[in-house]
Amino acid sequence: MSYPARVALKAAIWVGSLWPLGVLLRDFMTDDLGANPIEYITRTLGMTALVLLLTSLGMTPLRALFGWSWPIQLRRLLGLLAFFYVCLHFSVWIGLDHFFAWRRMWGDVLKRPFITVGMSALLLLIPLAATSTQGMIKRLGGARWRLLHKLAYVIGGLGVLHFLWLAKKGRTTPYYYAIVLALLLGARVWDWVRKRRSALRPGALPGRESARARS
Amino acid sequence: MLVKRDIERRLRGEDILPQEITDHGAYLNRRAFMAGAAVLALAPWGREASAQGKLQPLQATKSPAYQLQESLTPYKHVTSYNNFYEFGTNKEDPERLQAALKTRPWTVQVDGLCAKPKTFGIEELLKFPLEERVYRLRCVEAWSMVIPWIGFPLKDLLKRVEPTAQAKYVEFTTLLNAEMFPGQKRGLFGFSLDWPYTEGLRLDEAMHPLTLVTVGLYGQVLPNQNGAPIRVVVPWKYGFKSAKSLVRIRLTSEEPKTAWNKAAANEYGFYSNVNPEVSHPRWSQATERRIGELRRRDTLMFNGYADQVASLYAGMDLKRFY
Repeated sequence: MSYPARVALKAAIWVGSLWPLGVLLRDFMTDDLGANPIEYITRTLGMTALVLLLTSLGMTPLRALFGWSWPIQLRRLLGLLAFFYVCLHFSVWIGLDHFFAWRRMWGDVLKRPFITVGMSALLLLIPLAATSTQGMIKRLGGARWRLLHKLAYVIGGLGVLHFLWLAKKGRTTPYYYAIVLALLLGARVWDWVRKRRSALRPGALPGRESARARS
Repeated sequence: MLVKRDIERRLRGEDILPQEITDHGAYLNRRAFMAGAAVLALAPWGREASAQGKLQPLQATKSPAYQLQESLTPYKHVTSYNNFYEFGTNKEDPERLQAALKTRPWTVQVDGLCAKPKTFGIEELLKFPLEERVYRLRCVEAWSMVIPWIGFPLKDLLKRVEPTAQAKYVEFTTLLNAEMFPGQKRGLFGFSLDWPYTEGLRLDEAMHPLTLVTVGLYGQVLPNQNGAPIRVVVPWKYGFKSAKSLVRIRLTSEEPKTAWNKAAANEYGFYSNVNPEVSHPRWSQATERRIGELRRRDTLMFNGYADQVASLYAGMDLKRFY
């Protein structure tokens, strides 16, 4: 992919992912946050975080399926933007929803499974965000870094569970997210199986090439 | 420049300019004057309500015994933030899709274990002596409102059909019509509530003076999204117990199956009394957000109606009968 195309793509991601925040700010300025503003803000931030998280998880499968390399260069940006929204989501929960009622919030973290998994996802995101720099990749070494960052799938799973468990019966949206996550995981498993097979066959094409040939 | 007060106002969802709101003292004075004059009068919401919709005004006497020293939730929020799954699962769906619901002609069949079963036309039901009562509404999702309803006690209706000695429960049924209620169509994953929506009360709960057959709010007939043309309001129970758009009220000897209980029995019991000490399995019920307020407030036992209704449940384990 050419340099201008890459810049354009990154710019699109920045604009697209900051859009929901802009909408919230606009709604705030025009006094249009609805009957339950805190619920609306929390929900919008959480949904955006989940969308960005799943999008970042989609990058590796895109490479595996189509042999493109550019998605890999977007993973970090998407992941960090997801982390940014998770932090905002969490801050609103603490500061606006519960007004720093620490004991009550801690009780909820322990007792309410959907909050427990949401909190776990947030905690697991911290080491990933902290090791997202080139320097940290070098310091950890590629193999260890990749292993650590497989946690992104666990976090995606926790995020979807968080959504599934907080939703009332009859709501279908969380199931769409679960399906997307399952497809992404399925693509990784398929890729892993395929790579193992080609590794066992002497003289087989490297994984990426065979993927391109197949598609 | 936004000042802190303004920011807080926006986060509370308080969209009305201060000069548009009748100050509470003036409101109470007007109320006292009207009660003193003992006249049938139009409710004082005229301006706000008529600015919202062009719904038919309803005449009702104010019930001095059923007023609250709490600010009313703005009409705009009462009619735009609704759980009414017949229209859809989003809070905005009922207002957006309400126009499809046709409330005339409309009848309510009152039958079952009674001496004089009868099908009432809506016009006949509107002739019952109507009262205006301000009730708290506490949703199971931990938010609440304060709403001036118009209606009459359910007991007055039930007495007309003369329940027999075998009658122990009352079952409410909402209209089943997927043309008017798009939410009743089967979803992609097939699961939604088991339509028609049914709810139920024990007979003594149904006969309690607080239990209101409701035909209006804010001085007008009920907006469609709030359960037009006729619903029940049971203020000490979570909102889903107050079934909307009723077509049938049936007296039974056995506990009726209720829609949310069928969908998730461990989460929604038959009683579903507001109780800060009994958590929903997935979230706490100890606090609630009053629509229009920034801070959470503590949830009150029986939604603040303990003095009137606690005796109905004397000796019952409310953790078991949730």
